[in-house]
Amino acid sequence: MSAIERPVVKPRPVYLNLVRIRLPLPGIVSILHRISGAVLFLFAIPVLLAGVGMSLASAESFAALKSLVAHPLAKLLLLGFAWAYLHHFCAGIRYLLLDLHRGIELAPARQSSVVVLVVSLALTLIVGVRLW
Amino acid sequence: MVTRRQAVGAHYGLKDWLLQRVTAVLMALYTLLLLAVALWNGGFDYGLWQALFAHAAFKLATFLFMVSLLYHAWIGVRDIFMDYVKPVGVRLTLQVAAAAVLVAYLGWTIQLLWGIKA
Repeated sequence: MSAIERPVVKPRPVYLNLVRIRLPLPGIVSILHRISGAVLFLFAIPVLLAGVGMSLASAESFAALKSLVAHPLAKLLLLGFAWAYLHHFCAGIRYLLLDLHRGIELAPARQSSVVVLVVSLALTLIVGVRLW
Repeated sequence: MVTRRQAVGAHYGLKDWLLQRVTAVLMALYTLLLLAVALWNGGFDYGLWQALFAHAAFKLATFLFMVSLLYHAWIGVRDIFMDYVKPVGVRLTLQVAAAAVLVAYLGWTIQLLWGIKA
């Protein structure tokens, strides 16, 4: 088919201005999966290792860690990590199901992305209630 | 023109794709295990926490979790660099730095689990 015969469907290239782009819900879950993963790698792993180290070193350092975690800013940081972990966890289960060809149609895929967002936020809320 | 690509030998990332999922499942199981222990005992005090980490089986499970976490993180971070960092030199530097950090974390993990108490 020559270029002239081809029907003009959409203007190309596709509009990819990051500020103005409107991601569909599965797209939002996807980019949050990536961002939460990066946050966990960059910040949560070293904090986790340092925390576990402190908690196991002695009864005194265990108590010191407990009082450190009682600080509001520390709680806020932990809440952020909790959301990152829970979102990554829930979105990851969704991807595993998609890999198994479960819910790959448009409508269920959109529904499951809402479920991931809501469930991970609800679980984060529970963690928040436990923290405060 | 290549009409039929054979997914053999070069792997085309299949191994990493699969391991990212296997490690995810292992980490999810460990998370649920730890959560179950916490719920069963109504949280952790120092005695319980110490006793838990004194178990050889729990140490191994924790080690498996950390190896899974670090390998899973490697694949994810490598994918992020491949997607967003185009200059090869910068990308290679970042990848080496990430890999070095992850291996260091593995060393830290081993030290925490089996470290000699001073």
